[in-house]
Amino acid sequence: MEQLQAVIQPPALRAVPGATRTKLKVERVSFYYERFKALQDISLEIPERRVTALIGPSGCGKSTLLRIFNRMYDLVPGSRAEGRVILDEATDIVTTHDLLGLRRRVGMVFQRPSPFPMSIYDNVAFAPRLLGWPRRRVEETVERSLRDAALWDEVKDRLKSPGVALSGGQQQRMSIARCLAVNPEVILMDEPASALDPVATLKIEDLMSRLAERYTIVVVTHNMQQAGRVADYTAFMLMDPVQRFGELVEFGPTVELFNRPRDQRTEDYITGRFG
Amino acid sequence: MRRQRRLARDLWFRFLIYVAAVVALLPLSLVLAYTISNGWRAAMQPDFYLHFERPEGIPGAGVQHAIVGTLELVGMASLLAIPVGIVVGTHLAEYRQHRWATWVRLAGDVLVGTPSIAIGLFAYALLVAPFHHFSALSGAGALAVLMLPVVMRTTEGALLLVPVGLREAGLALGLPRWRVALQLMLRAAAPGVVTGALLAVARAAGETAPLLFTSFGNRRLVFNPAEPMQALPLTVFHNALTPYKDLEDQAWGAALLLVVLVLIVNLASRFALRRQLALAGRGTS
Ligand SMILES: Nc1ncnc2c1ncn2[C@@H]1O[C@H](COP(=O)(O)OP(=O)(O)OP(=O)(O)O)[C@@H](O)[C@H]1O
Ligand SMILES: [Mg+2]
Repeated sequence: MEQLQAVIQPPALRAVPGATRTKLKVERVSFYYERFKALQDISLEIPERRVTALIGPSGCGKSTLLRIFNRMYDLVPGSRAEGRVILDEATDIVTTHDLLGLRRRVGMVFQRPSPFPMSIYDNVAFAPRLLGWPRRRVEETVERSLRDAALWDEVKDRLKSPGVALSGGQQQRMSIARCLAVNPEVILMDEPASALDPVATLKIEDLMSRLAERYTIVVVTHNMQQAGRVADYTAFMLMDPVQRFGELVEFGPTVELFNRPRDQRTEDYITGRFG
Repeated sequence: MRRQRRLARDLWFRFLIYVAAVVALLPLSLVLAYTISNGWRAAMQPDFYLHFERPEGIPGAGVQHAIVGTLELVGMASLLAIPVGIVVGTHLAEYRQHRWATWVRLAGDVLVGTPSIAIGLFAYALLVAPFHHFSALSGAGALAVLMLPVVMRTTEGALLLVPVGLREAGLALGLPRWRVALQLMLRAAAPGVVTGALLAVARAAGETAPLLFTSFGNRRLVFNPAEPMQALPLTVFHNALTPYKDLEDQAWGAALLLVVLVLIVNLASRFALRRQLALAGRGTS
């Protein structure tokens, strides 16, 4: 424990519990892939303009929970969510019919960057153009998004070169810029740095912290040190050993969860005593 | 002992591979060599490309009308079949599990296996008989039917090879499904789609049977698609059956031209594939 405490220094200033309002209110959410129950009765409140991390062993349902927040699970035939996820105290994400509007408000960055088969500029401009924004606005959006994603200086002289020509870390920041271009309020990230080297990883983490000043960020990570470095709040999930569904074990400010875990299973996991 | 056995086995399999290669290459090289040696004479004459048919015995006849006809017929068929094939193929890839998709797929596969003469007959019944008039348009229709399943299935196949991450990334931006399919997925699948379209073009260019009682043939140069039109395979078919030496030469010449044309289209498809793979950053292959 002492060792962990030394390593983890969460962003103390922003980590005051209850200091901001709730952006996503998750109420008794369960989730099914066909008959298989993947999540059981999850409730938590994700605060606005903070980084919230979802941690837990493989298969406990972190990605599944994240994909509920922008309804990406609609792509999986036979999948179904129960319960409610209230966005901004108004919209129920689980039942909304305005999928496109929802996904514009709740963006997502994936583990693999998937650059579109076009230039760097077109990658970021793709969605704004399809949305029919005027040319000037698209241009401004591309530059602003690339700046916000901390990529502008590296690519401003070669905006015309293909997106795939970038390094893995740059591609990931381009994906973030792409996502920022449509002005989301929430950004979901599913292990955004797990395919990157340590330097690129640090850049992404740095970016997350800065983006949290304006956006609500939910990040799935396997790396507990990373959660400790970037997350204001952390949710620890586990798979029920008998029923095999994932459940929320503990949720709270990262400092408290790591230093004074309330649940024995959380303590086992963060101290590495977990199988 | 063991080692020797292994070596012997290795030798044996190597031998089999060479035999297989020869078996595969022999017919191709025979066809090529035979066509070249027979078609050479006619194909080297400038008249061959500049004139159309002349009465038997009068020198200077050519196949210009057939070249133009093939280009026009295949061009019209492509305009019909390629856009429709791409849209249907995209639909198939997008609604993979849909019951309807299974039927369309089955229909496409049956169509690929349908004898081309039957397709010609079908086009005759539908596009010639009611008008009492052979026409290039009906020939193009027959060729389009022939091309459609090829374009459709290669488009679907190419789309299925695109990583799912790309689709998810597009949809996660809040873009409508059809825009992601047509403007993102199709672009990523472009190399495969282009290759499929070019293969369909090559196939259509070489077909005789669908044209026999649709486009029918013509001795003169025409551009009007409402009239009967000559095509290179028809020239080969008709002239090869005549007893006249110079017409037979022309048949070989036309065959050679056709082979070269198809070869060029095939090479172009490879080139397109390589270029676009490189553009997509997936390396060359
Ligand atoms: N498309 C799917 N169809 C059926 N079952 C699925 C599907 N996706 C995930 N599952 C199952 O749901 C459970 C939770 O999966 P999920 O991907 O959410 O876990 P995870 O916590 O993100 O794991 P990891 O850390 O390995 O990414 C697993 O048991 C998994 O097998
Ligand atoms: Mg996951």
